[in-house]
Amino acid sequence: MAKLRGRGYASVNYPTGMNLGGDPSQALIHATTTGTFVISLSSVDLGQGIKTIAAQCAAETLGLPIENVLVDTADTDTGPHCMGTFASRGTHRVGNAVIMAAAEARGVMLEVAAEELEVDAADLETDGTGFIRLKGAQEKAIHITDLALAAHFKHGRTISGRGIYLKEPSAPVPETGEMDPDSCQAHACTAAVVEVDDETGVVEVLELYNAYEIGRALNPAMATQQVEGGAWMGVSHALFETTEPYYPSRDHGPHDFAGYLMPGPADIPVQHSLFLERPAGNGPYGAKGIGEMTANAPIPAIANAIFDACGVRLESMPFTPERVLRGLDALRDT
Amino acid sequence: MTYRLAPIDTSTFAAERAAAAAGRGVDGGDFTVIGSVVQRSDARGHVTGRTEFFEDVLPPRLAHLKMHRSARHHARILDVDLTEALAVPGVLRILTHADIPNNLYTPLKLIGVGPDDEPILAVDKVRYLGEPICAVVAETEAAALEGAARIRVAYEDLPPVFDVEEALKEGAPLVNEYHGQNHFIYEGHHCRRIRFGDVAEAFARADHVFEWRYQSAPIEQAPAETTGCVVVPQADGRLRIHSDTQACFFTLDNTALILNTPFNKLRIVGGTVGGGFGGKVDVVVEPVACVAAMAADRPVRFVYDRAEEMQVSSPRAAERIYIKDAVMDDGRIIGRKATLYVDAGAYARHSPYGTTKAAAHLPGPYAIPNVWADCHCVFTNRTPSSAMRGFGVTIADFALESQMDRIARALDLDPLRLRLLNAYRDGDLKAHRKVAEGTALVEVIQKAAELAGHELPEAYRRMSSTTREGL
Amino acid sequence: MPSQIVSLVVNGERREFIAAPGVTLLASLRESLGLTAAKRGCAQGACGTCTVLVDGRPEVACLVAVETVAGRSVRTLEGVAAGGELDEVQNAFVDCFATQCGFCTAGMIMVAEALLDRDPDPSEADVVEAISGNVCRCTGYRPIVIAILEAARRRRGAVSR
Ligand code: FES
Ligand code: FES
Repeated sequence: MAKLRGRGYASVNYPTGMNLGGDPSQALIHATTTGTFVISLSSVDLGQGIKTIAAQCAAETLGLPIENVLVDTADTDTGPHCMGTFASRGTHRVGNAVIMAAAEARGVMLEVAAEELEVDAADLETDGTGFIRLKGAQEKAIHITDLALAAHFKHGRTISGRGIYLKEPSAPVPETGEMDPDSCQAHACTAAVVEVDDETGVVEVLELYNAYEIGRALNPAMATQQVEGGAWMGVSHALFETTEPYYPSRDHGPHDFAGYLMPGPADIPVQHSLFLERPAGNGPYGAKGIGEMTANAPIPAIANAIFDACGVRLESMPFTPERVLRGLDALRDT
Repeated sequence: MTYRLAPIDTSTFAAERAAAAAGRGVDGGDFTVIGSVVQRSDARGHVTGRTEFFEDVLPPRLAHLKMHRSARHHARILDVDLTEALAVPGVLRILTHADIPNNLYTPLKLIGVGPDDEPILAVDKVRYLGEPICAVVAETEAAALEGAARIRVAYEDLPPVFDVEEALKEGAPLVNEYHGQNHFIYEGHHCRRIRFGDVAEAFARADHVFEWRYQSAPIEQAPAETTGCVVVPQADGRLRIHSDTQACFFTLDNTALILNTPFNKLRIVGGTVGGGFGGKVDVVVEPVACVAAMAADRPVRFVYDRAEEMQVSSPRAAERIYIKDAVMDDGRIIGRKATLYVDAGAYARHSPYGTTKAAAHLPGPYAIPNVWADCHCVFTNRTPSSAMRGFGVTIADFALESQMDRIARALDLDPLRLRLLNAYRDGDLKAHRKVAEGTALVEVIQKAAELAGHELPEAYRRMSSTTREGL
Repeated sequence: MPSQIVSLVVNGERREFIAAPGVTLLASLRESLGLTAAKRGCAQGACGTCTVLVDGRPEVACLVAVETVAGRSVRTLEGVAAGGELDEVQNAFVDCFATQCGFCTAGMIMVAEALLDRDPDPSEADVVEAISGNVCRCTGYRPIVIAILEAARRRRGAVSR
């Protein structure tokens, strides 16, 4: 009757983008006469935060404060095509499309500013606070609010841009499986520390040490939300979740959250997370897709930690107390 | 600081980080917004309750749809009796397969995957427990439920098959006639294949051969908000669909094909979704709700209850995976053979795609010169499975990384050193014959070891994804 | 049984509406009164997304027949931000990045309000216990626990100032 501690490891990679590509997303951007830029999308925010990330990408590219950017999504009458939110593709595809659209709009913005200031567009810069100014001459500047008004009423120009990102589709060779499935790969390694109660078979995950390589953390707080929420889901998959507990038997399937178990706030491990950034050449400011990867490494890390703790090798998910106890029984019998 | 913030290790890949940032920020300078903690633009709406989810749309004269579902795993439908259901006060309409313009579909036809294999509403057969048969449209949710409960269906049971390997055996009950056999066909092959190098030669030459089996069970995405939509007929004859789909145009296009209507007759409004995790990629509520809205000429809401979400909405597939490895005494893996079975359930949905994605992921993030994989997409008489976070990869990683641990233990090697030794690096040719670039497995292993206080010898700490040092 | 007129005090205002027999408090709030902050995550009493305060106590509104709380005082998330100013709990949820999809947020905040009304200085274990009936599928709970503790700290600070 003891609580046995163990530690286990797992390392994984995860592809960005719809498998085999062919999954475009578009973005349109235009300035209103008040100097606010509206990004039109049909992309879906499931909580991962694409609305915020799209605004960050546009603000960075335009060289304007994020307060000057609004995101309008998702209405198929007004937003251009997006393949959807899946396959860790949103930040990569939509981010790239937004950057492309914003770069075009920035070009027009600088052209109009050059006319207003009677200088060469190539000599202009944005200062990140809303001004477009002559390099080296602080006083020769115009604010985006005045510029947007002038563009419309004086110059007859739309400050706007179009963006799309498409990874061309790849067709696998049926004989060999030769294919180009992804745009880039993110990486993760988990060390899990567990405690196994050899009387009840209950496994408790005490600590998770996670290193994630994600290309670029566009918004480090939101990236942390994704990886830590995802690691929680990994723990949940490992220990609890299934709709068919005696698969392949169809019996005993849960119909509610009382039967479909997940770790509650009292059951969560301490998470120690670290980001590494190896920017992807084709990623928006180097970012890779990370939404899906984060649940993956904890599952085998926990399986391996359970073995380390008590010598039971679990080959079937989830790692329920029943399975642990049956494993312990089998060890005693041999 | 009041929020969780994982630190960024700026020393690893420092040169590449700087090079990628140079010239990308404002006029070649540093980033101003990228890399900063910016507050979520949706947070204020969430904490005030003003964020509008699809179900918060409450048009006047809203009618409600509830489904009568199969009570059998596999059966012929002999008779459907609607008499009692139609007599329930408040029931407006009951839709059957005859009301759906193109009743047969498969969602991936948009990217050229066929055949159509799934009815919107069952015709003469049900292939899984919970398959939709009739849709009851009523004034209230209660009346719709009551109506659905009063539909009488007479079945003739057929033998079901629930196990992937049983399903592939000669003489197994045929699950889905549109495929003609219990597996998806990949360009003439019975599975998605990877053939790279010569595994037979590797097994003959190996110091050790290890083979183990792994199994998972279906997992529900379980978003806090269930799958659903509200369809509102518009003044111009179009339909506005408020939906929690993960993919607006994908849903629109599939729905238009099923309704046999011009694409521009439909409009999807969405984009604010209470969690998806892959569960809202299928197109399962919008088509029938649109038919109902047109038939009743009123707004219609069709939203899954939690029990439907748990047992009827498509889960992450159960997988069975066999891995056989050829390993040398020093821990180098020289060959890997994987046989993977994805339990697609009764219909294809997105499983043919997920199975190919699983194949592309093999043999995991390791440089293994000889790889053989057969990835089967198998039909059984259970709820169709489909996309979920990590589609095709999550369960493979469970198998692959359990396998790595077992090899390390069998050879009495440090589990992280074994991984570092085999980790793929820039320039390695993957099993699907794409040259690896931007790799960082070595570095995440080194950093996780550091975090967890796992000592690695100097030679392993000096390894890198960009060099062959230490190999 | 015919429908009846039910009267509630919702966020401080008396509201009357017609309720069919057996209709839930959740459906009444959302569909009769247009207060949609409380969400229907399960309608089985097992997820907490529909939590509102009835006479100050958290209740899963999906399981409460509205006629059984006639005349009582109900507080929803719409009633928390007084005059459009976010309160400490709401602000802490924003600042602590405690929302992702936001579907659980209304229930979490109402549970937190009830907890802090009862105990201005809860321990971490108290917070964990208070939200243990609320499902969040996105965050892994940690940011929510941090936010509620932070809200308590801020509210105590505001009181002492
Ligand atoms: S909706 Fe009331 S507890 Fe889930
Ligand atoms: S934030 Fe999505 S359920 Fe909690």
